[in-house]
Amino acid sequence: MSLKLGVPSKGRLMEKTFSWFEKRGITLSRSGSDREYAGKVEGIEGVSLILLSAGEIPRELAAGRIHLGVTGIDLVHEKLPRWEQQVEEISKLGFGKADLIIATPACWVDVDTLDDLDAAAAAYRKTHGHRLRIATKYHRLVREFLTDAGVADYTLVDSQGATEGTVMNETAEAIADITSSGETLRANHLKILTDGLVLQSQATLWRSRVAKYGAVEKSVLTELLDRLG
Amino acid sequence: MANRSQIQARAAMMRVRFEAAGAQVVDPPLLQPADTLLDLYGEDIRARAYVTSDALRGEQMLRPDFTLPVVQMHMSEGAEPARYTYSGEVFRRQEHDPDRSNEYIQVGYEVFDRNDPAWADAEVFSLFALQLRGLPLRAATGDIGILTAAVQGLRTTDRRKDALMRHLWRPRRFRTLLDRFAGRKPGPEGRDALLEAKDPLAIDVPMIGKRRASEIEARIEALREDRDTPPISDYELVGLETLLNVRETMPFALEQLRDVAVDLPQITPALDRLEARVASLQARGVDVERLDFEAAYGRTSMEYYDGFVFGFYAEGRPDLPPIATGGRYDALTRQLGNGAEIPAVGGVLRPDLMLEVEEDAQ
Repeated sequence: MSLKLGVPSKGRLMEKTFSWFEKRGITLSRSGSDREYAGKVEGIEGVSLILLSAGEIPRELAAGRIHLGVTGIDLVHEKLPRWEQQVEEISKLGFGKADLIIATPACWVDVDTLDDLDAAAAAYRKTHGHRLRIATKYHRLVREFLTDAGVADYTLVDSQGATEGTVMNETAEAIADITSSGETLRANHLKILTDGLVLQSQATLWRSRVAKYGAVEKSVLTELLDRLG
Repeated sequence: MANRSQIQARAAMMRVRFEAAGAQVVDPPLLQPADTLLDLYGEDIRARAYVTSDALRGEQMLRPDFTLPVVQMHMSEGAEPARYTYSGEVFRRQEHDPDRSNEYIQVGYEVFDRNDPAWADAEVFSLFALQLRGLPLRAATGDIGILTAAVQGLRTTDRRKDALMRHLWRPRRFRTLLDRFAGRKPGPEGRDALLEAKDPLAIDVPMIGKRRASEIEARIEALREDRDTPPISDYELVGLETLLNVRETMPFALEQLRDVAVDLPQITPALDRLEARVASLQARGVDVERLDFEAAYGRTSMEYYDGFVFGFYAEGRPDLPPIATGGRYDALTRQLGNGAEIPAVGGVLRPDLMLEVEEDAQ
């Protein structure tokens, strides 16, 4: 038996997670070839490393198949309803910072706030006969945010990538997406609504409240949390 | 806990009672085209209904309620006047509360009758009260039509009234709009400069997207018009606030609302309708002296109702959803009627919750 730690399986998120643990005396590495999704843990006994896509980590935590996992706040909040009851936040890791925001074309000089967006959506629907489309992959978070703000006459359209391009391509009128520097937004002639911040995200270490913790896992968890301080 | 067959037996019994009251049984399909529902409720319905799809018919929803298909059916083929009853499952997606059912049985009764709306309101309410007799429930009533009349009669532009009407069912956004139209809330930073600019679209970003320059100009024009419109007066605001706070037994509520009508005379016809309803309820044996009336009731949850609204709640079980709800939805028949319309009122009961409340009482 061992304590299972899920970590993103590729890219900067994996590297930065590895170096975050390294600084705390725990060496994570991919075993074997670059293509193999098995991992090795040195510096602590009883922890096994599981490499997963960042998007799958919330689900694995909620299913209790891993005890700990590293993934973004955005993904946990989007994918797990009542996430507080399923996972516990152990530590924010200080990288992978990004904001989930609502953005409109920069040329919409009459739209600065959600209030404006709502008014523009009403007029848009009358003119075009369909609702103002907002492209996003964060359906639940965005819908709850807009419902709470009382924005009506919009519809969410699914966009799993290159979301900033949807406005130019006229498959959406506005977007809700993750941005870190805002550069991609500017390059695509979009601007963020002044009150359009849905969520501030960063890479975070979570503990599953659902996973089974035997005597071994409990003691390893205590030691690990102690080391991570 | 009551089991499924007990719930179905109770549902069947109640449906028979509605049949005895003159209703014809209808049985709309479980799968409903998503378009109509989305059109009516907007994106919010996706959080409440299960969506499925096939390549041929596109998106379908597991029926989240009966009212919509029953109205559609009546508007396309129904004879007048008509009374319908039904019982069957509805499906509600639950994302927050695991204790709420995502599938349950509703029994309903709907009246399409031009003859005497006050009498039809009273008919539905008193039949529901009869079905629920003996249970420890509290009834709440309201009337969306009074607030609607108050807004539509405000001394301000149609544009403002339309904006308020659009958000009648979203109290917070309604409040924000009202504050802005009353001049209590400044616009966003830079808004004045934009409105004073000679050519607001003289900017160094390209025009992109399907919302064209002419639409942006039209909105700026609308914002300019709004800036030059005098604020909604204090007495009208106070009137609206007093109206929304009325919470009394029916006869006292009517009295208080008549006082509000001194400042907001536009609500008088709606109050006459309320008075006629009180008389009809009384004539059908409802104890109106002890029946609660809240002017703001039904504003957050019952979005297609536009007149009389009611609900029955379990005393001492605030965790339970309402045991029965209903109301008048004349505007919905207009929206789905392709030019036709008919006054309509109805509601639904939850046999599963009735059995639960009965168990508690024993």
